[in-house]
Parts: sequence; C-alpha cells; structure tokens
Amino acid sequence: MRTRASQLCVVGVAAAIVALLPFGLSDYHRSTGADVAVFVMAILGLNIVTGYTGQISIGHGAFMAIGGYTTAILTHSHGWNDIATLPVALAIGFCAGVIVGVPALRFHGAYLALVTFAVALAVPQLAENYSHFTGGTEGLALPTQSGWWLYGVAWACAAVLYATTWVILRGRTGRAFRAVRDSEVAAVSSGVSLAVHKTLAFGVSAAFAAVAGSVYVLINNFVNPAVFGLQLSLYILIGAVVAGLGSLWGIVVGAAFVQLLPLGLSSGSIVSAEAVPVVFGAVVIAVMALIPRGSAEVLRAAVGLPVRARSSHTSTPPSLEVR
Amino acid sequence: MVAVRPIHRPASVTGWIVPALLAACVIFLVVGSLESSLFAQQTVSGLANGGIYASLGVALVLIYRATQVINFSQGALATFSTYIAWQLISWGLGYWPAFLLTLVIAFVGGILVELVAIRPVERRGNVLSVVIASIGVLILVEGAVGWIWGNEVKFMPSAFPAREYHVGGVAFSMQDLGTIGVSIAAVVVLWAFFRFTKLGLAMRAAALRPEAARLAGIRVSWLLSLGWGLAAALGAVSGMLAAASPSVLLQPSMMDGILIYAFAAAVLGGLESPAGAVVGGLAIGALLNLMGSYVSWVTPQLLLPAAFVLMLIVLLVKPSGLFGRTRVRRV
Repeated sequence: MRTRASQLCVVGVAAAIVALLPFGLSDYHRSTGADVAVFVMAILGLNIVTGYTGQISIGHGAFMAIGGYTTAILTHSHGWNDIATLPVALAIGFCAGVIVGVPALRFHGAYLALVTFAVALAVPQLAENYSHFTGGTEGLALPTQSGWWLYGVAWACAAVLYATTWVILRGRTGRAFRAVRDSEVAAVSSGVSLAVHKTLAFGVSAAFAAVAGSVYVLINNFVNPAVFGLQLSLYILIGAVVAGLGSLWGIVVGAAFVQLLPLGLSSGSIVSAEAVPVVFGAVVIAVMALIPRGSAEVLRAAVGLPVRARSSHTSTPPSLEVR
Repeated sequence: MVAVRPIHRPASVTGWIVPALLAACVIFLVVGSLESSLFAQQTVSGLANGGIYASLGVALVLIYRATQVINFSQGALATFSTYIAWQLISWGLGYWPAFLLTLVIAFVGGILVELVAIRPVERRGNVLSVVIASIGVLILVEGAVGWIWGNEVKFMPSAFPAREYHVGGVAFSMQDLGTIGVSIAAVVVLWAFFRFTKLGLAMRAAALRPEAARLAGIRVSWLLSLGWGLAAALGAVSGMLAAASPSVLLQPSMMDGILIYAFAAAVLGGLESPAGAVVGGLAIGALLNLMGSYVSWVTPQLLLPAAFVLMLIVLLVKPSGLFGRTRVRRV
C-alpha cells in the first residue's frame, strides 16, 4: 500500500501546484498555462488510441480543428455561451473519431499512419474551402476572456478528462484496449471485439482532442485553418512521445515540454525561436532511441513504482508489425 | 506478432482488369487531347506534376520495400536538398553542375539520416517507433530549413528555357516536357541500377529476404543505408523539379502537400511496386489537373482532400493497388 500512498501524494502535489500556480503569474502567463492544459487533453486523447490501443494517429490536429470550429461557429454565428459549446464539441468529436475509426479498422501500422497524416493535411484545406461556415483564411473572431477564466476552464476540463481516462483505462474497457494493442489474435480469442474497441478508442480519443481544440480556440479567441495545420498534429505526437506512450504519468510533462520549451528557449535567448523545431525533432529521435517509454518511465522510477521490465514491448505493440 | 505472408493468387481472376483500366485511361486522355487543345495542355501539365509525384513516390516505395516503413521525412529531405541546390546556384554555379552536386549531397545526407536517426530506433525492432522517428526527422529537417534559410519564399530557376512548342494548335511548354523527361529518366536509371548491376541485385536480395541475403554474405545493414541514400537522391530530383514548377513555391513546407500526392501515387501502385508508383503518379497528376480545370466545384483547396479520398478508396477496395501483391493477414 506504500506505493498507492506515494502515488496519491504525487497526484495531490501536482494538483496543488496547478491550483496555486496562477496566483503567482501575470494574466498573460495564465493563458499560457491554459495552453498547457489544452495539450494535456490532446495528449490524453492520443495516448488512449496510440499508447493504449496501438493505433497510431498523426491526425489529432484535425480532431482539434473539428472541436475548435464547432465552438467558434456556435459562439460567433449562433450566439452560444462558450461553456455550452464544449459538450457539443465532445459529441461531434466522438462522431468524427468513429467515422475515421471505422475505415481505420482495415489499416495496420504504417498504413494507418499514412491515412491519419493525410487527414491532418486535408481537414484545414476543407475548412479553407467551405468559407461561408468557417470564415475561410480570414477565420472567425471570438470574444476575449481573462487569463483567470481561461486557466480555470482549461484545467477543469483537463482534470475531468484525466479522471475519465483513468476510470476508462483501469476497468474492463482499458484491459480490452491493451489486449488489442499487445496481441490482436489473443484479444479476439478472449472474446474482445477488435471492431468495437478500436472504433471506441478512436471515438473517445477524438472527442478529447475536440474539447482540447475548443478550449484552444477560446484561449486564442480566434480561429482559422492555419491554427490547425500539420505542425499542431506533429506537436501533439511529440508531446505524447515525450510523455510516454502507454502511461498516464508523464502527460503533464509532455504537454509542458511542447508548450513551454519554445517560449523558454526564445525568451531565454538560448537559441533563436526558429531553432525550436530542430530541438523538437532531435528530442523525438533521442527519446525513441534511448527511452521509448518517455518521461513516464523516469517519473515512475522517481516515485518508487516498479519500472516495467518489458519496456521495449509495452510502448511498442508487436501487433503493429506489418511484416 | 501477426503473421502475414504473401500468397500468389491465380492471375486469371482479376488479371485483365488492371490493364483494361489503364488502357481505358490512356484512350480517354488521347481522345480528349485530340478533341480539344485545352484538354491536351491540361493533360501535359498534369503529367508534369505527375512526374514530380512519381519520383517522390518511387523514393517512398524504395524504403517501404526494404524496411516496411513509410518514410514521413522523404518530403522534408527533398526540400532540404532543393534549398542546397538553390544555394549552390545563387553562389554562381550553373544549373546542371548544381543539380548533380545536390544529388551527391542528398545521397550522403540520406545515408547519414539512416545511420543517425533510424538505425538506433530500428534496433528495437518495430514499425511504430521507426515511423515516429521518421516524423522526428521530418520536424528536424523542416525546422532546419526554416532556421538556415528563413521562411520567406525563394525563387528557384528552371533548367529549361521558357520556350513553347506548338503542335497542332497546342502549346507545350519546355518546362512541362522537361519535368516529365527528367523524372522519368531518373526512375529509369534507378530501375537499370536494380536490374543490371550486382549491387542492385544485392539490394533487392537484402530487401526481400534479409536473413538469406546475410547468409549469402551480403551486408544487409549497409545496403539499407544505401537505400536511404538513393531514396533521398531521387527525392532531391523531385524537389528540384517541383520548385521550378510555376504552381509550387520554394518554402520550408513546400513538399508537405506533394508528399500526400506521392503517397497516393505509391498506394495506387501498390506501395511495393516502383513501376506502380510511376503509373500512379502520372495518373494522379493528370486526373487532378483535369478535375481542377473541368469540374467547376473542385477548387484548388479540394485537390488535396481529393487525393486523400482516392487513396482511401484504393486502400479500402484494393489494398494491393494496381501492381502490388495480395497479402493475407490473420484477424
């Protein structure tokens, strides 16, 4: 029970830091803190589908775009309340995830990466094309909110989704997800339906990303296709890799890495802002080569949890081998 | 591990459909071109785009055949090579010397990427990690381009004079004809290398049966690096041709969209067949260009989603593409 107590301790300390941090920040930095919560939600979503179910997605920026545009269109063109749009974004995101998830049943490994990569590039083009809904390249503007409000809403959403993820993953559904990831043959012979669980994982994952996109738009108080470009999808993936695929421990670290490192590097004038992608790319390669389970592994070791022995297997599902 | 092994189905069942489909496409293009000069012009400039997609598509196929990995950094490496060519030309080198020097640099660069970024990850032996590492390379290389050369658009000169040839009322630009010629020549040279040289044979053996090739005394790991080098050089050809085309701007994200068309080309050809990627690339180039000019609601923004839908349909209906082998898979 000592490990359970130390786990609770870490979660409590992290929650306290998140709750107390805004008191020491300027209003501008509060909205930066809210951005971190956006990446927490998006990385949670990606981790459910890629880390736990073994279905790679490079297209989560597209699901964020769907949520973001839902919020923007409802508030801008229909006068909805900001918060009221979030459940709608969640529902639409879930449907979009299922729509992508059903054809994704036919694809494995590298092919799925290819299809989701194309989704990430195609969705902003669609938003640009159907400009009477989306405002085209000029985009839609939303009312500005205070940093306090944004920080509160963003982290409250992130906390709810975090808890939801934990509940989903520790139970029967989570076990089924992991079974699908580790061996499809074994999962099917134990009565786990691949179709149901892969599609469900995609739906939940996309729903989380959509909420992240909604909050992202509220923070930026602006939306246009360029906001949800390929770079966003890639950054979510970087965050998930740094956080550690297949574990919930490192997600805040991954989100903070993606969101704060660029700011830290450019404000500290260590390297110019243009060099940030170079650093990101190098970090992704180094993490994949050296610590494939990401910062989660480091954190688990620090808290005294057992470091999983099968490190090369759990983060890297064998079922993805297409050979 | 889920076992997947190739099986050879009797060709007679569906064997005639693919040639018939291709013949129908060719007849459609030829008849259309004879009917209308606008159609002919759009077909030729579409085929020129197709040549660019084809050469990048063949580069993707090369790496996929050898390692079953889709190389997401292929487009970024091509962009990087193109910027090197631009730099060499702006330092005063002639176009063709710069072209050749860039090919050499891209070749060495491709080998370096394989050694530094891919091999340490591949040693852990699974596709997902390697795919993510190749995305790491994509982010790094594209970022490096922006860091070194800035994000503003550069002007890449063309190798071909801005002359036009008139054949029966149709103006064919040297640019389009040259692009088709160079990309097809590059693919043919590569094909000859694989078909007629001992090194090419060794590379094919290493890709198809790594264990058996190793037993026969072939250094498989070195040949994989060499494959990355060749793919990068071919990608460089594609990038330099693309940058000179009037519809593409030389900027760090230049190849992102073209990579999707190249993916679609490779998938249409079956992802394992270089010839399929060439046919797929030319077909996609011509079809998208014709759709863009004849179907009124197809705006330039919809061309990329159209390529995506085409790719999705091929993957869902006939995942082995036009020229690929059918594979069976448990579960």
